[in-house]
Amino acid sequence: MPLLNVNNLRVDLPVEAGMLHAVRGIDFHVERGEMLCLVGESGCGKSMTSLALMGLLPRKARLSADRLEFDGTDLTTLSERRRSDLRGARMAMIFQEPMTALNPAYTLGNQLCEGLIRHRGVSRREARERAIYLLGRVGISAAKDRLDQYPHQLSGGLRQRVMIAMALMCEPDLIIADEPTTALDVTIQAQILRLLRELQREFGTAVIFITHDLGVVARIADRVAVMYAGEVIESAPTPALYAAPGHPYTRGLLSCIPTPGRTPPGSRLQAIPGVVPSLVGDVEGCAFRNRCPQAQPTCERTPPLMSLPGDHRARCHYADRPVPAPRQPETMS
Amino acid sequence: MGTFIIRRVLVAISVALTISIVSFMLLHLSGDLATSIAGPEATAEQVERIRVDYGLDRPIVSQYLDWLGGALTFDFGRSYYYQSTVVDLIVDRMPITLTLGGLALALAVAISIPLGVLAALKRDTWIDRLSLLFAVVGQAMPSFWFGLTLIVIFAVTLQWLPAAGSDGWQHFVLPAIALGYYATPAMMRLTRTGMLEVLESDYIRTARAKGLRGGSVIFKHALRNAVIPVVALAAVELGFMLGGSVVIESVFSLNGLGQLAWDAISRNDYPVVQAVVLIIALFYIVLTLLADVANAALDPRIRTR
Repeated sequence: MPLLNVNNLRVDLPVEAGMLHAVRGIDFHVERGEMLCLVGESGCGKSMTSLALMGLLPRKARLSADRLEFDGTDLTTLSERRRSDLRGARMAMIFQEPMTALNPAYTLGNQLCEGLIRHRGVSRREARERAIYLLGRVGISAAKDRLDQYPHQLSGGLRQRVMIAMALMCEPDLIIADEPTTALDVTIQAQILRLLRELQREFGTAVIFITHDLGVVARIADRVAVMYAGEVIESAPTPALYAAPGHPYTRGLLSCIPTPGRTPPGSRLQAIPGVVPSLVGDVEGCAFRNRCPQAQPTCERTPPLMSLPGDHRARCHYADRPVPAPRQPETMS
Repeated sequence: MGTFIIRRVLVAISVALTISIVSFMLLHLSGDLATSIAGPEATAEQVERIRVDYGLDRPIVSQYLDWLGGALTFDFGRSYYYQSTVVDLIVDRMPITLTLGGLALALAVAISIPLGVLAALKRDTWIDRLSLLFAVVGQAMPSFWFGLTLIVIFAVTLQWLPAAGSDGWQHFVLPAIALGYYATPAMMRLTRTGMLEVLESDYIRTARAKGLRGGSVIFKHALRNAVIPVVALAAVELGFMLGGSVVIESVFSLNGLGQLAWDAISRNDYPVVQAVVLIIALFYIVLTLLADVANAALDPRIRTR
């Protein structure tokens, strides 16, 4: 049984113009100890998905799902109180902005320890010992002195390490990392990625890593789910996705990454033309067709999720066969 | 924290000295003191005698230094009007003003902070609207009128509490309500705004992501940050109530500092005026200092600045 099982998850947000369908019926699962990357542009619903999993959606947001199971527990029917028992204890979250994610008024020690004290009822001393151990594990020197420091005394990279240590305090089964390296310098990014990967293997924690950067994905993910306009449009084991992307959007994203040796120096950087469709109201047919270089009349109809060899799925009419040559009449109904 | 406090105390002392100079000069530059003390019917000879007797003929700098030297040893001279020293008068009146101000502030804090938190948590509900109404009424109503209304209802009609005097605690209930209600709206609205802003912040989401209970999220993580500007405002409000409660003091016939200052001004009792101005300024300075220290205790980022 997978650790997390998500079926037809929808998140709707009332906005002035109507109902914004931020997440439009997505399916995915996470096995114990694996790292799943959720990839997509900003606004594709990946952050809303993570907040929905944590039960931290904005108050106005409406969630529905055929199935939203964590370790066999149905999350949709859980009371807020039982939900908060899971949060921080069995599922933890690392946020994008390390500069603002820590409370400026309390010491690191206080903020690291409070979750463990709340969930496990340990003494402050035991909690501090665990905090010191984990700060050391995430590569922070003089961990003991750091406990009495305040967030403003640390750099962004260090704060993100503290956030990682904080997420690990209760040994959760699942960590959701929402773009944890986006706000950091490139050199620090690489360190944090390596650290997350190491800790994930060492502690056997499952990780949902949310990013817009396919370059990051290749280095750390076991499996990838690509999101577009509130849907998962492709999911596959990482090697399969890079070897044979099944969805034109994924191919577009991959071609946007300049590769030394393959991209000629001085050539224009690739980009996907067009913009993401509005998610207010219903989307008819394939949501990507207005930007797709291979769009066909067929794409007016909503594409099914096509199965490809090796646990690989793509939501495209032409995922498993060649796109008809241009100007040729439609061959299939 | 130690150096922070020392720095602030040094600043406070220099501000106090500046104020003493300004208040002394203002009074002496406002006209010929000897003439106004002597009164309109005095002869030129009498005025001259008063000038010499009161030492007003000496250079102003040496007058100031004399006065400052006295002030440092709590000797503000004798009142021109009352048959006692200025210090005795102030010691006599101060407890009344301090009691009134302290009670009013305690009441204002006890109402405004819980109400502000509640209004923020129940944003855009009838609770929020009702608290807004409560604040607008408090801001719009003149305190003397509210004080008189309280007297009419609770002292005259119901006869629950006395209308005037300062003999027992009962005498302070109505004036403290009148003065406290005046200070409540600003603090309540600031608490509400602060809470709304803080509740949207990333670290509140972090606190919730840790699975902390609602009370811990609201009171430990949110309120502590939201209340920082309220502390500074409370200090200013208390300073205002200690120095400017003359309206409420006269409505309720409380013989406090405000009443003393008012009487002294209208009787040209300059030693008393100078001493009261200096003392009220010192109240402000001490309160601002305390607010700074309290803010530094609440917000570690201020300490290193």
